[in-house]
Amino acid sequence: MNTWRYRRQALFLWMCRALTLLALIILGSLILHIAKEGVSTLSLDFLHRFPSRFPHKAGLKSALYGTLWIMCLTALIAVPFGIATAIYLEEYSTKNRFSRWIQINITNLAGIPSIVYGLLGLTVFVRYLNMGQSLWAGALTLSLLVLPIIVIASQEAIRAVPNPIREAGYALGAHPWQVILCQVVPAALPGIMTGVILALSRAIGESAPLIMIGALSYVAFVPEGPGDAFTVLPVQIFNWASRPQVSFHAIAASGIIVLLCVLFTMNLIAVLIRHKFQRYK
Amino acid sequence: MLHKHAKFVDVSFKGLLWLCIGATLTTTTLVVVILGTEAYHFFSLVPITEFLFGTHWEPLIEPRSFGVLPLVCGTGMIVLGSIAFALPIGLGIATYLSEFAPNWVRSTIKPTLEILAGIPTVVYGYFALTFITPILRSLFPETEIFNAASGAIVVGIMILPMISSLCDDAFRGLPSSLREGGYALGATPYEVVTRVVLPAAGGRIGAAVILAVSRAIGETMAVTLAAGASPNLTANPFESIQTMTAYIVQVSLGDTPVGGVEYLTCFAVAGLLFTITFIMNVIGSQLLLKTQWQSRS
Repeated sequence: MNTWRYRRQALFLWMCRALTLLALIILGSLILHIAKEGVSTLSLDFLHRFPSRFPHKAGLKSALYGTLWIMCLTALIAVPFGIATAIYLEEYSTKNRFSRWIQINITNLAGIPSIVYGLLGLTVFVRYLNMGQSLWAGALTLSLLVLPIIVIASQEAIRAVPNPIREAGYALGAHPWQVILCQVVPAALPGIMTGVILALSRAIGESAPLIMIGALSYVAFVPEGPGDAFTVLPVQIFNWASRPQVSFHAIAASGIIVLLCVLFTMNLIAVLIRHKFQRYK
Repeated sequence: MLHKHAKFVDVSFKGLLWLCIGATLTTTTLVVVILGTEAYHFFSLVPITEFLFGTHWEPLIEPRSFGVLPLVCGTGMIVLGSIAFALPIGLGIATYLSEFAPNWVRSTIKPTLEILAGIPTVVYGYFALTFITPILRSLFPETEIFNAASGAIVVGIMILPMISSLCDDAFRGLPSSLREGGYALGATPYEVVTRVVLPAAGGRIGAAVILAVSRAIGETMAVTLAAGASPNLTANPFESIQTMTAYIVQVSLGDTPVGGVEYLTCFAVAGLLFTITFIMNVIGSQLLLKTQWQSRS
């Protein structure tokens, strides 16, 4: 008697399934399209060459080194600050107005568009602190960008450590810094590491802030120190993709394949750490 | 040694951590101060009413005019289009995953969709330019190479995982007694979803949309590559447009002298961008907090 209700239900279920399938198809076509476009120009040689005006001679060497530098420097700057902030907020701060305000501030920082960070870096690091278009300026800008991500992830990891672990430490007469450094942080480390890796993979995929501080310039050398000019993978890809010639689009796709491989590897490591070492969730 | 001075170590450790908090506070202060002062310089050259209500944006070539509305309109088109694309799909996915999918499907599809969230935006820009635009051009021949529709679709793909996972959380956060009540009355899953689950999770879905809109407004590289660099006040999605973010990138790619009015326009536009996204983020995250279902004991 009520068959139309059941028919409507069946239709609805199939619609939901179709929409989910559609999202998977989009993901699949994105990856297949890029693989199809870029795989023919991808070679070991491509990784060893410097950028060039001629697409068949262009390569990724300077961008790869730049990305590696940026990743290491950003980690060095952002990770200590991020973890320290998270420890203070979770272990020391009392739930007063100040700590709530800091928390809201961090959530909002995570939502600021990345290009605004680029303008910030351009004004503060490049102009006022006279760093020029150097790796320092880029890494500092990206550190500000990923800092809230690291803080939020580390906070969640620290919050997940059960209280009896802290209490056991205090019961043995340990001081707060001893409990935190020797018990809480080691127990939360897998979660923190996962967050750090995800934040760094965000950093090396970011291009807008680095373009703002001027990383686009044609770089035909490997940066030797943090004071040198640089380019990174996404900026190089943007440069190639924004040219009108189709032959540059092909090497842009090859660059994307390299970038995605790096990112997938990092994400895989994060997933493995989470599965293998994380005890508290 | 350390044990003797444990108290001292304790205090200095705490102090050190406290100093690190300063980093986040300084960042916020710097953003506000820098955008504020540079925008102030800009508005001493260009009246704020001309900036906010002018309909012509031509800051780089004489005769200059500084009406930001074409850029806001460009951003608005991208946002509307991307939400129109992502919200139905996202809701469908969230409904399927939380109400219908068996566990193994759910635990495969969720992380697969997360991949979409981890792909850099420049990759989406490339995808829009070389995949979506050609398809659009074969369907609608009048489409320009750079067009708003392609940018909107690709931004929609980018915010899709955000919407679907926030909605999924919203659905799963509901107490199961709500659903059971519906089923006990003999409702079909469709009726439970549309009459019980969706209304109850409405606030959280709203919050998800607001946060996604804020993300779409701030999106830069994909729209720069796909939607073009011509600030037109148009409602035609197949024309080339320019968003606020794409304008800032365009200026930084050219050789603009520091301190000139062209350079200052960046900060005025970024200030507007920051204000809009800041307000939306505050509303969105507050709404997320307020609409949390309290587990009744």
